[in-house]
Amino acid sequence: MGSRSSHAAVIPDVDSIRRETGFSQASLIRLHHRFRALDRNKKGYLSRIDLQQIGALAVNPLGDRIIESFFPNGSQQVDFPGFVRVLAHFRPVEDEDTDLDPKKPEPLNSRRNKLHYAFQLYDLDRDGKISRHEMLQVLRLMVGVQVTEEQLENIADRTVQEADEDGDGAVSFLEFTKSLEKMDVEQKMSIRILK
Amino acid sequence: MWGLRARGPGGGLLLALVLGGLLWTGGVEVEPGGAHGESQGFQVVTFEWAHVQDPYVIALWVLVASLAKIGFHLSHKVTSVVPESALLIVLGLVLGGIVWAADHIASFTLTPTVFFFYLLPPIVLDAGYFMPNRLFFGNLGTILLYAVVGTVWNAATTGLSLYGVFLSGLMGDLQIGLLDFLLFGSLIAAVDPVAVLAVFEEVHVNEVLFIIVFGESLLNDAVTVVLYNVFESFVSLGGDNVTGVDCVKGIVSFFVVSLGGTLVGVIFAFLLSLVTRFTKHVRIIEPGFVFVISYLSYLTSEMLSLSAILAITFCGICCQKYVKANISEQSATTVRYTMKMLASGAETIIFMFLGISAVNPFIWTWNTAFVLLTLVFISVYRAIGVVLQTWLLNRYRMVQLEPIDQVVLSYGGLRGAVAFALVVLLDGEKVKEKNLFVSTTIIVVFFTVIFQGLTIKPLVQWLKVKRSEHREPRLNEKLHGRAFDHILSAIEDISGQIGHNYLRDKWSHFDRKFLSRVLMRRSAQKSRDQILNVFHELNLKDAISYVAEGERRGSLAFIRSPSTDNMVNVDFTPRSSTVEASVSYLLRENVSAVCLDMQSLQQRRRSIRDTEDMVTHHTLQQYLYKPRQEYKHLYSRHELTPTEDEKQDREIFHRTMRKRLESFKSAKLGLNQKKAAKMYKRERAQKRRNSSIPNGKLPTEIPVQNFTIKEKDLELSDTEEPPNYDEMSGGIEFLAGVTKDTASDSPAGIDNPVFSPDEALDRSLLARVPPWLSPGETVVPSQRARTQIPLSPGTFRRLTPFRLSSKSVDSFLQADGPEERAPAAKPESTHM
Repeated sequence: MGSRSSHAAVIPDVDSIRRETGFSQASLIRLHHRFRALDRNKKGYLSRIDLQQIGALAVNPLGDRIIESFFPNGSQQVDFPGFVRVLAHFRPVEDEDTDLDPKKPEPLNSRRNKLHYAFQLYDLDRDGKISRHEMLQVLRLMVGVQVTEEQLENIADRTVQEADEDGDGAVSFLEFTKSLEKMDVEQKMSIRILK
Repeated sequence: MWGLRARGPGGGLLLALVLGGLLWTGGVEVEPGGAHGESQGFQVVTFEWAHVQDPYVIALWVLVASLAKIGFHLSHKVTSVVPESALLIVLGLVLGGIVWAADHIASFTLTPTVFFFYLLPPIVLDAGYFMPNRLFFGNLGTILLYAVVGTVWNAATTGLSLYGVFLSGLMGDLQIGLLDFLLFGSLIAAVDPVAVLAVFEEVHVNEVLFIIVFGESLLNDAVTVVLYNVFESFVSLGGDNVTGVDCVKGIVSFFVVSLGGTLVGVIFAFLLSLVTRFTKHVRIIEPGFVFVISYLSYLTSEMLSLSAILAITFCGICCQKYVKANISEQSATTVRYTMKMLASGAETIIFMFLGISAVNPFIWTWNTAFVLLTLVFISVYRAIGVVLQTWLLNRYRMVQLEPIDQVVLSYGGLRGAVAFALVVLLDGEKVKEKNLFVSTTIIVVFFTVIFQGLTIKPLVQWLKVKRSEHREPRLNEKLHGRAFDHILSAIEDISGQIGHNYLRDKWSHFDRKFLSRVLMRRSAQKSRDQILNVFHELNLKDAISYVAEGERRGSLAFIRSPSTDNMVNVDFTPRSSTVEASVSYLLRENVSAVCLDMQSLQQRRRSIRDTEDMVTHHTLQQYLYKPRQEYKHLYSRHELTPTEDEKQDREIFHRTMRKRLESFKSAKLGLNQKKAAKMYKRERAQKRRNSSIPNGKLPTEIPVQNFTIKEKDLELSDTEEPPNYDEMSGGIEFLAGVTKDTASDSPAGIDNPVFSPDEALDRSLLARVPPWLSPGETVVPSQRARTQIPLSPGTFRRLTPFRLSSKSVDSFLQADGPEERAPAAKPESTHM
C-alpha cells in the first residue's frame, strides 16, 4: 500500500541499516520515502526545521524534545541511518528478537532501550539522573495551565520521591526503570506500523 | 385494521407511529367534537380528540422514550453495564405488554415505511456528516471487502446451511424453498448500522476497529438491498423460472445500485455545498438546507431504487468540509445539535418500538430448530468470514488486524432494525413462512443487541485488561505513561502514518484548485479580518471561562499579579474543596476514571499526607494533556465535546510556537541563556498569563461585564513584553541547540521555521488545514477561523502571545518590531 516511488536500491547501506535496526525492507523503503518528503530542500539530511514543519508536533507537548532527540550531541543534521535509528526504538518487540545470541548488541527496540529513549528526553543535562528540576520542566510541558506552579512543584516532588530509592533527590535510570517495572513498556512504546 | 392503515403510502409518519391510538379511543368515551357540537349551537369548549389524535400520540411516545432515557441515566451503574439499546428494547417489551393488556391488539408496531422514510435517514446522515473522513478513506479497502464480500458470504452460507438442515428434516414440515432460505439469509446477513453504533459507542475500541465495523455496517446496505430485491423477485417468479440471465442482471444491479447511490449522494453534496455558499443573507434557514437537501438525496435514490443509505452517507461525507466552511458559526452549531438530536431520538424510538413490536402473538411462529440454528449460523459464519477476510487483508494492510481485533469484529456483527423492517416488508402471499422469518429475525435482533451488546464490553475489557490488571496508579506510572503516549504520537507523526499519502496529496491538490474555489465562499477561502474577529471571540470566551473558574474556586487568587510573580499566590487551605471540585468534575466528565479514583479516595481518606497524594493524583488526572489519538478520532452519536480538545491543542500550540519564537528571539538578540536559568517561575507565570489570562492584574473585583474596559490595561502589559525576552527564554535550555541551529543556518536569524518567509508559503498553504486539525475531524465551533489562522502573518501574531484585547493586534505588531512580520511558515498538516 502507499506509494512506492522509492526503491530499496536508492537507500545507501540498506543492509547494514537493516541489521542494526531490524526494520523490514518494506518499512525501510517507506521510511526513506518519508525521509525524503520531510527533506524539503533535497539536502540529503534533515535539520530541526524540517521536523518542526510537521504540524502535529506543534500541538504535542513533548514535540520539541522529541525533535531534539533526533539530533544527539548538538549536531545540526540527521541523515537517514540516524533517522531510522531513532525510529527503531519503536519497532514492536517480536518473538525472534528475544532469542538473539548474547554476543550481538542489544536490539534498539528492547525494553531497556525504549526506556532509555524516554529517559533521555527527561534528562536534559545528560548526567544520568532526572533531577527534581528536570521533572518539573517536563511537568510544565505536560500539564494544563490550570494547575498552579505550587501544585506542579508539589507533584514534581512527589514523583521524584516516589521513584527515588537512594535518597539523592533525583531519579537515576535504574530507579526510572524500577518505577515503571509494572508497566508494559514493550507494548506502550511500540508502533505497529513500524515493523 | 389499524396496522393496515399505517402501511398505506399516504399514511406516513403520523399514522404509522400511532397506528390507531387505541389505548385512548378504546378507554375514553370520546366526544366526536365538531360534527355533533355544531347541531347544538356554539360550544365554548369542545373536546376534539380525533382531531389531534395522531400527532398527539406520536408526541406522547417520543416523550415517553425521552423520559425513559432520562430514567436510565439516573443510575450510572445500570448504564455502564447495560447498553442503552438493550434497555430500550426491554422497556418496549414492557410497554407493549401494557398496551396489549389494555386492548389485545398490537396497536403500535415499527412499520417499514416509518422506519425507512423517517427514522433511518437522520441516523445515517448523522453518521455521514460526522464521519471521520480520513480514517474512513484510509480503511476504505478493508471496509468494502467486509461490506461486500462479507455480507454476500454471510447471506449465502446462512441461507444454504439452513436449507441443508431443512432438507435433513430437522425443522419439520415447512412450506419453504431454497430461494426463501436465501432471501432470509440475505436480510439477516447485514450488520446493522443503528445497532452497531448504539453498542460500539459505549465500548471504546480503537479507532481502526471502530471505523471498520461502522463503515461496514453503513456500506453493506447496497449489498443487502440488492440481494433482498433479487431474491424477492426470484421468489415471486418461482424457483423454476429463474434463468441465468436473471442472475447476471442481479450482479449488474449490484453495481448500479451501489455506484448509483453513491453518485446521487455526491451530486447532492455538491449541490448542498453550492447552495450554502450563497446563504449569507438568509442565515436563519441555513441549517435547513443541510437537512432538506440531504434528505432529498435519500428520497431521490430511493425513487430510482438505488441504495438510499449510501446516497445519504456520501452526501454527508462529501459536503461536510464545504458546508462547515460556508455556514456561519451559529448555523454550524445548530446543524450539529439538531443532527445529533434527530439521530439520537430516532435511535431511541427505533429500539423502543422494536421491543413493542415484538408483543404481538399473531406474528409469533416458533420453530426451535430454525431459530437456534439461525443464531448459530450467523455467529459462526460471521466469525469464519472475518477470519478468512482478515487473513487476506493482513497481507496488504499496514496496520494488522490482530486476533483480538478479529474477535471483536466477529462479535460486533449486530443485527438490528433494518433486518426487522425488511422482513416485515415481505409479502405473506409469496413467502409462505413469513411469520417464522419475522419471529426468528426478532429473536436474532434481540439476541445480538441484548446479549452481545451486554457482553461485548466485558469481552473487550477482558481481552485488553490482560496487560493492565494490577495497576495501582502510581504517580510515576501515570506521568510517564502519559509521556509515552505523547512520544508515540509524535513518532507516528514523524514516521508518517499509513500509506495513501500520494493519493491524498493528489486529492487535496484537486480539491484546493477546483472544488474549494467553486464550493466555498470566498470569505471562507481567505478572509483575515473575519478570522481575527472570530479568534478574538475565542479569546474572550477563554477569558470568561477563566474568570468563571476563579468564581468556582471562590477566589481569583490563582491569577497571579506581576508584583507577586515570585509566587505563593494560591491559597491552598481549602484543599479539600479543591478535591471535591475535581471529583464532581470528574463525575461529570469521565465516569470510568471516577470509579477508579473514587475507590482510591475511599481507601486513602486517612492521613493528611494521603489526602495530598490524592490531590496530586486528581490534578494529574484532570489536567494532564491527553495524547492526540485519545480524543481525536471517534464518531460519537451522543457526545459533542470538542471544546476541551480544541482548548488543549490551542494551548500547546501556543506554548510551542511561543517557545520557538523565544528561541528565535534570543538567538537573534544574542541573549545569554545562563543567567536566565533562575527565572523559570517568572517564565511560567508569564506563560500562564499569556496563554489563558491576558493580564495578571485582572483583579478580583472586576466583574466579567467590565472586561472590555480593561483593554487598555491589557495592552499596556502586552507592550511591556519585549523587554522580558531574556527572562522568558531562560527556562528552555533544551532549545539552546535549536537556537544555535537557527543562528548558524541563517546568519540573518530570520530563518527560524516559524517565521521564515520561505517557499513553504508557495503552493499548498492556502487551503491547508492547520496542524491541529486533520481533515475529517470533529467539528469545532470556529472551524473557519481555525482553518485559516496559521496562514497569515497577522494571525500568527495573534497566536503567539495569546491575549484578549481586541485592539491589541496592531499595537502588538508594533511592539514586536517589523523583523518578525515575515510570513509564518505554515507547519505541514497532520496527515502527511
